[in-house]
Amino acid sequence: MKHTKAVVFVACLVPLAWLFWLANTPGVGGSGLGANPQEFLNRYLGQWALKFLIMAIAITPARKLFGWSGLTRYRRMIGLYAFFYVVLHVTSYVVIDQTFNWPEIWQDILKRNFITVGMVCLLALIPLAITSNNAMIRRLGGRAWRNLHKLIYAIVPLACLHFFMMRKGIQMEPLVYGAIIAALLMVRLIPRRKQQGSNPSGRPRSL
Amino acid sequence: MFYKKQKSWDMSASGLKASDITPKNLFDNRRQFIARAGKSAAGLGLGLGLGSIAGGQALFANPGAAQAAIALKGKPNMAHTLKSLGEPELTSYDAATNYNNFYEFGTGKSDPVENAVDFEPTPWTVVVDGAVANPGTYDYSDLIRPHQLEERVYRFRCVEAWSMVVPWLGVSLGDVIARLEPLSNARYVAFQTLHDPERMPGQNGFGLDWPYVEGLRMDEAMNPLSLLTTGMYGETLPNQNGAPIRLVVPWKYGYKSIKSIVRISFVEDQPPTTWNITNPREYGFYSNVNPLRSHPRWSQARERRVGDGLFTAKRKTLMFNGYEKDVAALYTGMDLKKYH
Ligand code: HEM
Repeated sequence: MKHTKAVVFVACLVPLAWLFWLANTPGVGGSGLGANPQEFLNRYLGQWALKFLIMAIAITPARKLFGWSGLTRYRRMIGLYAFFYVVLHVTSYVVIDQTFNWPEIWQDILKRNFITVGMVCLLALIPLAITSNNAMIRRLGGRAWRNLHKLIYAIVPLACLHFFMMRKGIQMEPLVYGAIIAALLMVRLIPRRKQQGSNPSGRPRSL
Repeated sequence: MFYKKQKSWDMSASGLKASDITPKNLFDNRRQFIARAGKSAAGLGLGLGLGSIAGGQALFANPGAAQAAIALKGKPNMAHTLKSLGEPELTSYDAATNYNNFYEFGTGKSDPVENAVDFEPTPWTVVVDGAVANPGTYDYSDLIRPHQLEERVYRFRCVEAWSMVVPWLGVSLGDVIARLEPLSNARYVAFQTLHDPERMPGQNGFGLDWPYVEGLRMDEAMNPLSLLTTGMYGETLPNQNGAPIRLVVPWKYGYKSIKSIVRISFVEDQPPTTWNITNPREYGFYSNVNPLRSHPRWSQARERRVGDGLFTAKRKTLMFNGYEKDVAALYTGMDLKKYH
């Protein structure tokens, strides 16, 4: 089991490795990143951030619907990877897209609604990332920790909204992501089945 | 003018081995190569300005090759050269033809080049109607042929805050309009893109109301900068760039430069325009490049020049994309933030 965790850990780095591969492959405009590598990097990282967020909230439904309880052990890692890709996405925005033009960045955060929404997601993710370790769970206590981590139910749809708003017009891709997210959140409304263990409080026990 | 793009198809000149490029590129390159070979074989009939477009294509035995670009000659317009623009270099042909917004072929930047491969731009007619003395259905080359094809290097500024420097081939829209003789009540010119979801697969999707429509005020259309365009980089327009005939209005955001035009209407009232219908708060009718008017989605103060290095800062966007002295008079007394 130790091994599978290592395998998942490395697999989560594949999107990043692919980026390095593209950057070093000849292509239109110089490299495999295309004619506008700044835009490509930022969007690619944003998309993977969202994919990891979705994977993180897919784990409980997978257990509920298919009984794949073994996945739960990877949830923390997936969640932290989501944060990792969000940070890379924002870093690419600050460093490559805006080249540290702080006044412009500040204006963007205030004026560009989709960026405001993205910023809210980032800020909300920070406490979740900081508390994603055993020591913090112990310190907060299970209930408080679980309540805090319910924030993810707001963050993921908001991140998708950020995506939807960023695209011009109404586009298919963000809607597909949105539908998947809606479905995953809906599964949580299904009452827990008996054979999966009793839950006297009647609340969902985990995210 | 010599264009670096030669490298993209002339594999021997660039020292590329066939194995260095993907099969798809190889395929496309070969197509272009066939077209060029066809052109030189056809010999004399070509190279006589635009007349060669239609005639040239008829000579190709391989119908697939007809969609590939054919060499076009335009007289350089000395008022619009790299030097007069103060630009150090052209955007590479590869970037200008592989990174496109053309939602008729998909919303991704590389969708157009991929999905327009089989688009067959000719034969192509343009309906001219409305308040005009010479309405009718024209072969697109008949609109162009009476005029001297010019090469003009223009800055091209997308509303998404990126820009290019492109050598277009075309004729003054104003000259064409003058020949069509608009009536006195024609105050605007409306343009429409082909609507044919079978040939333009992006039109099967939703998001925009098809067909794509655009428009200019008559004095904007008559401004000498407005270019009715049939080529770029010394050849016919590639499909993904709006073949066979498009508009280039360099002081406005790129979406005003409507592609693959099938209708030109002379109208009395301000015509609807696609992006304005889609989101009036973000996209106005005028859509002049204006660094002072902040767009809800992108700051318009700066732009990325496509081709700049990964860590190169964006450059400042110029009022009217740098064409202020040519067009500012069109808008005297207008509040450009209100009429954006
Ligand atoms: C949970 C946090 C976030 C997620 C999951 C996320 C995800 C995404 C996604 C999926 C896209 C669209 C990619 C595409 O069109 O293919 C995007 C675009 C973008 N995001 Fe985020 N984002 C987040 C936070 C932020 C933050 C905090 C900022 C800036 C402060 C930001 C700045 C941007 C920008 C500027 C774009 C547009 C890039 C362009 O115009 O090409 N994002 N993001």
